[in-house]
Amino acid sequence: MTARKLTFEIFRFNPEDPGSKPHMQEFTLEEEPYMTLFRALNRIREEQDSGLQFDFSCRSAICGSCGMMVNGRPTLACKTLTSDLAATVRLHPLPAFKLIGDLSVDTGTWFRAMAEQVGAWVHERAPFDPTAVEEPMDDELAAAIYESDRCIECGCCVASCGVANVRPGFVAPAGMNRIARFMMDPRDARSDTDWFEVISDDDGVFGCIGLMACHDVCPKELPLLEVYAYLRRKALGTAFLKKS
Amino acid sequence: MERIESTDVLVIGGGLAGERCAMEAAAAGLRVTILSLVPPRRSHSCAAQGGMQAALANCFMAEGDSPDLHFLDTVRGSDWGADQEVARIFADNAPIAVRELAHFGVPWTRVTPGPNQYHIKGEKVVIDEPAEKAGLIMHRDFGGTAKWRACYAAAGTGHAALYAVDGEVVRLGVTVRDRTEALSLVHDGGRCWGAVTRCLRSGRLGVTLARSTVIATGGYGRIYGQYTTNATINEGTGAALAMDTGLVPLGNMEAVQFHPTGLWPSGILVTEGCRGDGGYLLNRDMERFMVELEPAKQELASRDVVSRHMMQQIIDGKGVDHPAGPHLWLDLRHLGIEHLTTKLREVFEICRDFLGIKPWEELIPVRPTQHYSMGGIRVNKDGEAYSLAGLYAAGEAACWDMHGFNRLGGNSLAETLVAGRIVGRKVADMTRRVSLEINTAVASEFLDRERGRVRSWLDRSGAGQSVYAIRDAIGEIMINKVGIFRTGSDLAEAVEELRALHDEVDRAVLGCKAPGVNPELSFALRLKGMARLALVTAMGAFARTESRGAHCRVDFPDRDDANWLNRTLVRWGRENGDPDFEYEPVGLLDLPPGHRGYGKASHVEMTHSLDEYNGAVVDEQRRHGMRAPDQPVGSELKPGAWRDAEARAGLKTIETGPPR
Repeated sequence: MTARKLTFEIFRFNPEDPGSKPHMQEFTLEEEPYMTLFRALNRIREEQDSGLQFDFSCRSAICGSCGMMVNGRPTLACKTLTSDLAATVRLHPLPAFKLIGDLSVDTGTWFRAMAEQVGAWVHERAPFDPTAVEEPMDDELAAAIYESDRCIECGCCVASCGVANVRPGFVAPAGMNRIARFMMDPRDARSDTDWFEVISDDDGVFGCIGLMACHDVCPKELPLLEVYAYLRRKALGTAFLKKS
Repeated sequence: MERIESTDVLVIGGGLAGERCAMEAAAAGLRVTILSLVPPRRSHSCAAQGGMQAALANCFMAEGDSPDLHFLDTVRGSDWGADQEVARIFADNAPIAVRELAHFGVPWTRVTPGPNQYHIKGEKVVIDEPAEKAGLIMHRDFGGTAKWRACYAAAGTGHAALYAVDGEVVRLGVTVRDRTEALSLVHDGGRCWGAVTRCLRSGRLGVTLARSTVIATGGYGRIYGQYTTNATINEGTGAALAMDTGLVPLGNMEAVQFHPTGLWPSGILVTEGCRGDGGYLLNRDMERFMVELEPAKQELASRDVVSRHMMQQIIDGKGVDHPAGPHLWLDLRHLGIEHLTTKLREVFEICRDFLGIKPWEELIPVRPTQHYSMGGIRVNKDGEAYSLAGLYAAGEAACWDMHGFNRLGGNSLAETLVAGRIVGRKVADMTRRVSLEINTAVASEFLDRERGRVRSWLDRSGAGQSVYAIRDAIGEIMINKVGIFRTGSDLAEAVEELRALHDEVDRAVLGCKAPGVNPELSFALRLKGMARLALVTAMGAFARTESRGAHCRVDFPDRDDANWLNRTLVRWGRENGDPDFEYEPVGLLDLPPGHRGYGKASHVEMTHSLDEYNGAVVDEQRRHGMRAPDQPVGSELKPGAWRDAEARAGLKTIETGPPR
C-alpha cells in the first residue's frame, strides 16, 4: 500500500511583519503510520517553512497548548491522527483568542483574566495549619471534583462558543466548569449568594444561548451540558431562596 | 523598544517549583515576576501522572510508614549519591506539602473504608481499610518504596497540583509573563541581578532586574531528542543560563533517569502507578521476567534497575519486533475496565488516543525512555546556587540534591512543592536584606551581548546545517552512546562527536529571517545551550568510572564508594575553552553506604571511615563554592533517627490469596 499524499491548507499571518497579509498556504507531505498533527506540523516547519508558528508542549493531550481548528472544528492537534482525516486538511488558529501568528493564539491572557473574574481558587475557611492532619473527604466527592478539575484550558470550548466569540466578558464554558468545580468543593468558603453574584448575569450562566458546541468539542470529554444545567438550577434556587 | 523593568524576585519557570517559590515570596509582601515559556498551567509539571510521595501512613499497606522510612528509601534509591540532610528535610516536609495541596483544593483520592480489592505482586488481594482512616488521603504503591506512600489524584496528580498552585499565584496577584524567555542572567561577578529576556509574542528583548533570581525551568530531557517523555519545552534552558555565567557549577549532569514505561515509539509517558496498581511487564514470550530477576520488588524495583533489566531483555532478543525497533509489553488487562477508566484514567486516554487500544483488552508497547534529570544547578540546602549570590534554583532544574543518581517515582512532584516552600521562604528572607544595587551599564552590557547573538543568527548565511538537523544529531548520540548502558569507548566517541556539533552550532543557518517571534530563531537561541549541556553530560559520564544508580558503566559495573562517593561539578563559561570538572563529597553520611535491597548486590567499600568522610564535607563543599546556608550544614540531619524505623514499622508480610 502506498502512503497517501496529504495536503495541508494552513492559515498564515504574522502580525509583527508589516509585509504579511492573512492568507492560506498549501503544503504537501507523505503520510506516515500513526502520524499525528504534532508530527506533521513539525515536519512542515523543519523541512518546508521554518517560520510556521504553532504551539505544542507535552504532545500527550494534557498541557492544552495545541488547540486549533482542524477542518473547522476546534480540537487538540497533538492527538489528532491524520489517518482519521481526509487527504486535504484545513488548519486555522482558534477564534475568540488574540492571534500571535499563524496557528498560535494567546490563551494565557484569556485564561488568567477568567481565573481572576471567577476567583478560580479555593477561598479558604481558615489558614493552613501545617501541624494538622488533613480534613477527611468522601472519595466519591473527591472523584467528582477531580472530574471537573480535569479541564486543561485548551480553549476549544471557548473557540466553539457562539457567545464567547462575540462578547469578551463572557466566562465561557471553561469558566463555567471552573465555577462548578469550586462550587461543589466543601473546602471553598463561598456561599450560594456569593456564587449567585458570579454566575447570574449575562457574563455568567445566563449569557449562554444553548448551542452547546462546547460539550461536543471538549477534548477531555467534560460533561459541559450538565455543568450548565447544574449552574442554572443553583442560580435559580438561590434567587428563589433570596425572595422567600 | 526594549523593556527594562525591575522587581523584587524574578522566578524563571512557571511550573510547580517556580510557582510555589513565587507564592512564598509574594505572601511575604515582595513583588514577584514569573517568566514562563508557556502559560504556567501548560508547564510540564502538569504531565506528572501517578503520584506524590509523602509518608502519611493512611491506608493499610502504608501502616507504620514514617518520614524515617521515606528518608531511607530516598537515600537507597539515590544509590547513596544524595545529600542526606536534604533527603531528610525533604522526607520530613513532604507530608506538609501534600496536606497543603489538599488545602489549596487538590482532589486527592481518599481512603474508602471496608474491603478494597488490590493487585499485589501478581495476586488479587482484598484488604479492609480501617474506618478511622476513612476519607484521609489514599496511597498507591510505587517503585523502590517500603510502604505504599504515593498520594494521587487518579493519574492526573501533577495537573491537579499545578492548577491548585496556579490558582494561589493568581490569588496573590503575582505578575506572570507567559511566553517570555530568559536568554541570559545579569550579574556582576558576585551577585545575580535578574535576566535578559525575550518576548515570545513579539521577539522583543528586555531586561528584568531583580534583587533575587530563582531558576525553576525543569530538566534537560530534550537533549535526548525525541527519545524522551519530556515536553518539547524541557530543553534545559535554566541549567544552561547558570552554566553560561562560568561561575555556577552544574552537579551530576551524567545522572539521567530512564523511565521503564515510555510508549513506544512516541515516548509518551505512562505512569509508574500502572505497575504500582499491579501492572506487569512482559517480554515477547509473555514471561513476567521481573519476577525472577528481582524476586523481592518485582516490577517495583527502582526505575534504574527496572530499565536496565528491560534493556537487557531487548538485547537478549526477547523484545517484540516493531518497525521502529523492539519493545516490551506493559500488561494492565487484569486491572479491569473500571479501575483503568477511573484510578488510571489518563493512561486509558493515552492508550485510546495515541495507540487506538483498550488497555483492559490489549497490551501496551513500552520501552525505557529518557525521563528525568537528576543533575542540574548545584545549590546548597537553602536552594542558593554555588558561587553566585542572589541566584537560587528549585525543582528538576536544581541539583539540591535529594535524588543522587536515581530518583524514586513520585519524589519529583513532592520535591517541587517541598523545595518551593523552603527555597521560597529563604528567598523571601534574603531578598529583604538586599537592595537593588547594580550599575545599569552592566545590565546594558548583557542586553547588548544577547542583541548581538540574535543579530548574528539573523545575519549569518552560507552552507551551515539547519538547527533541527543539529538537534536530531545530538539526540541520536545521546540515546545511543550516553543512554542506559554506557561504555568508555562509546562515551569517548560521543564526546568527540558532540564537540564537533557544538562548534557546528556557530555555523548553522536559519531558513526564516522574518521579524517577530520567529520560531526557528527562538529554538536556535537555545541550541547552543543544549549542545553545551549534552557535552558536559557525556564528559561527566566518561569520567565517572563506576556504576551508580542510573549511571551504568558496563566496563565498570560496581558502585565504587572508595573513589566515587562524590558529586560531579562542572563549570563552563560561555567564552571559556573547556569545561572544568571537579568533585565534592555528596554531603554528610548518616545512612552508611550499603545494599539497596534490589539491583546489583556488590559494591566497592569506602576506604575512609564515616567520621573521616563527614569531617571533610563542609570544608570541601565550601572550597567548591557552596555559600553558607542559613542554618549550619548538618543541623537538620537528625542523625540516626532512621535506626529502628524499619523494626518500628514492623514491615509485615502481605497475605495473598483469594478474597476473605
